[in-house]
Amino acid sequence: MSGILQYDFMVLGLVAAVFVGLAAPVVGTFIVQRRLALLGDGIGHVALTGVALGFLTGTAPLVTAIIVAILGAVAIEMVRARGRTSGDVALALLFYGGIAGGVLLIYLSPGQSNSTLTSYLFGSISTVAERDVWVIGGLAAAVLGVVAIFGRELFVLCQDEEVARASGLPVRFLSLLLAVTAALTVVIAMRVVGLLLVSALMVVPVATSQQIMRSFRGTMILATALGVVATVGGLTTAFYIDVPPGSAIVLIALAGFVLSLLIGRFVRRSRTWESTP
Amino acid sequence: MSAAFTMTGGEVALDGRPILRGVDLAVKDGEFLVVLGANGSGKSTLVRTLLGLVPLSGGSVLLYGTPPGKFRDWGRIGYVPQRLSVGGGVPATVREVVSSGRIARRRRFRRTAAEDRRAVADALDAVGLADRAGYPVQSLSGGQQQRVLIARALAGEPDAFVMDEPTAGVDADSQRLLAGTLAGLRERGKTVVLVAHELGPLEPLITRAIVLREGRIAYDGAPPAAAEAGAGAGGHVHIHAHAHAHTGVLNGWPDVIGSRSAAAEAGATGEA
Repeated sequence: MSGILQYDFMVLGLVAAVFVGLAAPVVGTFIVQRRLALLGDGIGHVALTGVALGFLTGTAPLVTAIIVAILGAVAIEMVRARGRTSGDVALALLFYGGIAGGVLLIYLSPGQSNSTLTSYLFGSISTVAERDVWVIGGLAAAVLGVVAIFGRELFVLCQDEEVARASGLPVRFLSLLLAVTAALTVVIAMRVVGLLLVSALMVVPVATSQQIMRSFRGTMILATALGVVATVGGLTTAFYIDVPPGSAIVLIALAGFVLSLLIGRFVRRSRTWESTP
Repeated sequence: MSAAFTMTGGEVALDGRPILRGVDLAVKDGEFLVVLGANGSGKSTLVRTLLGLVPLSGGSVLLYGTPPGKFRDWGRIGYVPQRLSVGGGVPATVREVVSSGRIARRRRFRRTAAEDRRAVADALDAVGLADRAGYPVQSLSGGQQQRVLIARALAGEPDAFVMDEPTAGVDADSQRLLAGTLAGLRERGKTVVLVAHELGPLEPLITRAIVLREGRIAYDGAPPAAAEAGAGAGGHVHIHAHAHAHTGVLNGWPDVIGSRSAAAEAGATGEA
């Protein structure tokens, strides 16, 4: 482990990885509970257009990605809240538009190539600069802050929207807040695992955790721990055996899920014994 | 006595199809009102509209004298939806779900107070699930999950309860337990609006019944058992006999009974 810390870019990458590992599963727990597991994918697709706009206009891609991801998340939420039947088709159209627009705009940008595209689609954690780490850290703090402040309300919202409304909660505001928080999480995770795999970090640790835990809080805490293990473990693996970090991170997370299926089965069986009267 | 819920000329249309057609209803404080009617008669829509969950296309609704959009005192209302929507399958314990019923009574940044813990413990006791507090809700039976939803409403210590088919698909034991819980609410002067398909053990608690037919109130008055002068033990046979004897007076009862037995035969529990 000491070898990896001799390289500044790896230290920065590891710090970013920890932030992402913490933030993504926390938001992911609410998103999965709300049956919006693919929300992260949708925002990720749309965010590619944001990145490309940054290159085209000479602005920092991180900034344009945040703006476009938030706009995309708000659009997705509005379609979700309004639509009863055609919602998923509308979402699909938005996803394709996001990817196609991003590819086109990057192609049009001077001095950008397929490698630029690849680095955003699949992550490029080794090119994370110190300034990026500050932005990522700030966004992660914002995401965790939202959950700390609004966690109880979001829990009620994600359990049952009508009950939330009948409890006097500002349902529209909370829904938008969750969508915007997810958008920020996508942008944070973009550099680490890439836009196409962002959603995996929001969903897989939660899916793993819910095999084993019995409470919502417990699921979220274990998912966060698993998220950090996957991001740090994946990045370290990638450093030593030279594989793409994004896929290493996601594959470690998926391996954890398979393991949890076995553990979960065992745990449930022993619980059945306990609870049988 | 003030009214907890008031609907005046209430009309609701979903996708252009009329669901409620001019409903006038005032539920006074302390009333125990049951809403009856065949599947698709608008029972569920009626109670959800009373809470402002379904937009009106005509008429008005007041919650304790205030339109739902301007109502702020949501701590006074306890809503029990038709069933638990366990979205996505993230586990949540019985205690977590019941505690969330305190949401309208809690201030941000304040830690769980002794008062919150007591209310949650009382609610769990009232539905007989105290020993299941640490279990994931998903592991409980349908009847137990329904009791969790009732406990969530109880935990908020509201003045008025709106319950959408709390007895649907609930086993006989859970129904008796539920009747006991509701009897306690009635004794404490709480207002209850309850949608039901079957009255069963709830029958003696009811002070007023309305029957919906095609979005209109077809009957509004004393419950069947009380309407029968000097009624002894209630029950389905009793209602049946009554309905046949006084069809002219009690408009709507025969329809209700007919649809109920049809639904029971088909094994149907919910309403679209």
